[in-house]
Amino acid sequence: MIATHALRREFRRSKRAEPVVAVDGIDLKVDPGEVFGLLGPNGAGKSTTMRMLTTLLPPTSGTAIVAGHDVARERAAVRRRIGFVAQGGGTDSAETARAELVMQGRVFGLSKADALARADELLGRFSLTDAAERRLGTWSGGMRRRLDIAIGLVNSPELLLLDEPTTGLDPASRAEVWAEIRAVRDAGTTILITTHYLEEADELCDRVAIIHKGKVARTGRPDELKSQVAGDGIVVTLPAGRPEAVAPVVREQPWCRGVDEVDAKTLRVYVDDGSRAVTDLLRLLDSLSTPVITLTLTRPSLDDVFLTATGHPLATAGI
Amino acid sequence: MRFFSDVQLTYARACRAVLREPSWIIIGLAQPLFYLYLFGPMLDNSGVTRGWPAGTSSWDVFIPGLLVQLVLFNCAFNGFALLSEMRQGVLERLSVTPISRLALLLGRAGRDATLVIIQGGILVGLAIPLGLHIHAGMIIAALVLLALGVGLSCLGYGLALILRSEDALAPVVQGVSLPVLLLSGVLLPLTLAPGWLDDTAEANPLRHTVDAVRALMLGSGSAWLGIVVTLALSVLLVVFGTRRFSNTEDMRIT
Repeated sequence: MIATHALRREFRRSKRAEPVVAVDGIDLKVDPGEVFGLLGPNGAGKSTTMRMLTTLLPPTSGTAIVAGHDVARERAAVRRRIGFVAQGGGTDSAETARAELVMQGRVFGLSKADALARADELLGRFSLTDAAERRLGTWSGGMRRRLDIAIGLVNSPELLLLDEPTTGLDPASRAEVWAEIRAVRDAGTTILITTHYLEEADELCDRVAIIHKGKVARTGRPDELKSQVAGDGIVVTLPAGRPEAVAPVVREQPWCRGVDEVDAKTLRVYVDDGSRAVTDLLRLLDSLSTPVITLTLTRPSLDDVFLTATGHPLATAGI
Repeated sequence: MRFFSDVQLTYARACRAVLREPSWIIIGLAQPLFYLYLFGPMLDNSGVTRGWPAGTSSWDVFIPGLLVQLVLFNCAFNGFALLSEMRQGVLERLSVTPISRLALLLGRAGRDATLVIIQGGILVGLAIPLGLHIHAGMIIAALVLLALGVGLSCLGYGLALILRSEDALAPVVQGVSLPVLLLSGVLLPLTLAPGWLDDTAEANPLRHTVDAVRALMLGSGSAWLGIVVTLALSVLLVVFGTRRFSNTEDMRIT
């Protein structure tokens, strides 16, 4: 559905200024029917990538085939086959939802009657029928975002591109938007989203590309990416002073991949398979006459993946 | 054809926006009305009709200029409305659809031109009791003004896409429109001007538009130069606007 090769985009502030590279040779392959996420901090190049894939921005170099057509040479063909929901939406607050949906349908060549029927179908599907004739300026952010998605679907696109679909939404609205996105996927539409929310990538995406400084740092299924990272972690709290004493012994064990003395009472042990290593660790500590006060098993998060891939935690990487 | 239906869609949408706030039609007319009632009467004995056929009233000379002024102010200043559409992302959303870029522009410009024709009609209607004479050439004059309106409107939208903020747009549009206005003989015919001023004004296309509209409305004198200059200017401005609209990089203000 999407295949890019060495996609690159530079921006120049003026003709003589040194170009700033926003996207630095991205290779992506998105298969039909999947939800693919571009995960990265602000300024990583996600939105620029998406704007190139939607034909809004011509690439400086490299190629991108979207829905079977080249984004630089066959812009009209790409535009007919995709739906795009920009970060800030794209509706006029003085208009009504029905008017905006009908406009979108007409722009894609539907007759007046067909556009109206399609508008009503989408209003129903997104539970917006009751508000259809109200000015959008009076709508809540969550409703407006659902309308943005509905507008992106008017032309029954093969591919829906969502730029930061839940940024700025409260948790309840976010869950609603996630449900809508899953429903769109279940109906067979391929989806590309950009996000800087780890849970969003984790919850929603079949595959994720971690974008850092304009490059793809890692690509894969979220669980696959997580299992590539340091494995699981076991955090134990012990009587004061004991972590220092037992750490060297734990480090010797064949199942142990690393040990962190977090503080005087806390030890973090990295292992491949947490559920099996827990018993080994407890047995070992028992044999060292060390009582365990608390024990927590942690699975790696995409944050850990991001950290290993880029050397920065996601939250601070953009700055 | 797809293109015409695209223009019509954009036109209808733009007209809906005006119908939601019809007061703008009157607000846009306010300035010319001030000129009509508070400045026009002063021309009665000023000799502006010198050189025109006997029976020509000062209103016959003044109103054509006022109509061009109306077109200039209402069309070239429309870029501000586009900035709001850019801010809301409407323009970007429509840019990722198959709609023609030229249609996105012409639908809006056509709406603006329609509005000034309506406003111009009101202005002419109000001027008749004051002493304006009506001539059949007025129909052609209206078409010339329509073309000018479309062109200047494209200029306004193109500038909005380049300058991207009210703060940058306002001084540019204001700074250009005032000298253009004075150099087109809108308030007083340039026949009253000293030679150097008259010569300078020759370089101003709007001066020829004013001359043509005046000749057409009076039914006296040649209008061809003005018609050709106006049409050529409008075509140039439409091309300029279309080029700006085809560049989809900057359709949104964030």
